[in-house]
Amino acid sequence: MSERIGIEVSLAVAEAAKMAKVDVVAAYPITPQTHIVEGLAELIAEGHLDAEYVCVESEHSAMSACLGSAAVGARTFTATAGQGLELMHEVVYVAASMRLPIVMVVANRALSSPLSVWGDHSDVMAVRDTGWIQVFAESGQDAFDLTIWAFRVAEDKRVLFPVMVNLDGFHLTHVVEPIEMPSQEEVDRFLPPNDYPQSLDPAKPITMGSFAVPQFFTEIKKAQEVDFEKTRPIIRETWDEFAKVFGRKYQAVEKYKTDGAETLLLTMGSFSQTASLAIDELRKNGEKVGQIRLRLWRPFPFEELKEAVRGAKRLIILDRAISYGGPGGPVASEVKSALYDVDNAPKIASFIAGLGGRDVLPEHFIDMINRGVELADKGQEGPYEMLGVRE
Amino acid sequence: MAKRDTWKDVEKGATIKRPGSAREYKTGDWRSQRPVYDQDRCIKCGVCYLYCPDAAIKIRPDGFIEIDEYYCKGCGICARECITGAFKMVPEGREEAKKK
Repeated sequence: MSERIGIEVSLAVAEAAKMAKVDVVAAYPITPQTHIVEGLAELIAEGHLDAEYVCVESEHSAMSACLGSAAVGARTFTATAGQGLELMHEVVYVAASMRLPIVMVVANRALSSPLSVWGDHSDVMAVRDTGWIQVFAESGQDAFDLTIWAFRVAEDKRVLFPVMVNLDGFHLTHVVEPIEMPSQEEVDRFLPPNDYPQSLDPAKPITMGSFAVPQFFTEIKKAQEVDFEKTRPIIRETWDEFAKVFGRKYQAVEKYKTDGAETLLLTMGSFSQTASLAIDELRKNGEKVGQIRLRLWRPFPFEELKEAVRGAKRLIILDRAISYGGPGGPVASEVKSALYDVDNAPKIASFIAGLGGRDVLPEHFIDMINRGVELADKGQEGPYEMLGVRE
Repeated sequence: MAKRDTWKDVEKGATIKRPGSAREYKTGDWRSQRPVYDQDRCIKCGVCYLYCPDAAIKIRPDGFIEIDEYYCKGCGICARECITGAFKMVPEGREEAKKK
């Protein structure tokens, strides 16, 4: 039986990794991820979790250690944030290309300079194309659930790709939330032991991560992309399985009060909860607004998104990262390209806000929606507008 | 993955299931110049054998050497290190190189 307890979200994530019975944790502490790995270090030191905690000297080494550990078939977990994710950058690609089912929780943080330990989505946007399955948590419960789920989908023999679970630094990592903790029996029912099919074994030597000359490289990349595309139905299937065991259902694109909505607000991560308060308020006033939340970021849910915006006149998008000199924030530019060939696609207004830990409150979302309606109707000049900046 | 296999033949993660296949890779294809060995100058000291980064120089039973052109990348280290100047680097495809 599950139990509802109040717990800091970071510690709940550590608990999720414990309940997933990870074999190896290789991580380097960095704000705002620190409590997750501290929590795990304590669980291992106290004997609550039978796992190896590898104290590495950097994030580059953390992910490198994870490669080795996953390659021998050990269930492997790490967590990082901001600068740490960038320091491990090259190895993040390797994990996906070598098909190692590592689970990494990223406590999203802004990137220097100026130095900021606070949250935005710049860090994860820089690893967007690394070939990991990437999801965003909206609440502490999401963060806990998605961490457990991540092992299941990563280790599925039809998948074998690493999974990144994103949760907003401080806005999620450092808050105490009520979380339904499942029983170990339930977790075990959902998550079978890891059975990595091509693990390193002295009795049956294989080469992993070799080099490839131009005659082979293109074929190898095509094979990787085709397999990555095939993860879409398995992501759905494992979320259905999750719902059967735990009673909570996750979807690639989630809708909130979208019935009859002419204007939709699209958000990703913990700000989605705050934004929903603005939606409630506007709905109360009889305005036809709704919200869609992007849960799955890679592989990008093209079909689900198209379905979710069907019939809407306007789509207002919040980004928490800048693509300098680019076509707007990363989410807006992805959404625009996803809807390019859709007839009667909604008019889009793109906003950037919530950088480096700046709060975006319900009243700010109301402003964003009002301004967005105006911009979408007359056509937005320039790729985006920055909201809440002192002029 | 054999030389002309398609992307459908790629193992997950491009894992190579057959050990030792790297030896089939003909690094000699990289060569733009070739060492031409002059046995008359060779004093059988073995310096070239020690320096060759690809173990592409073999010592024959009579003490003289032999270049394994399947692996020799033509780096020229043997010519640079040889005490008596027994190697001459010659551009690939030229007559002197072919003669050898």
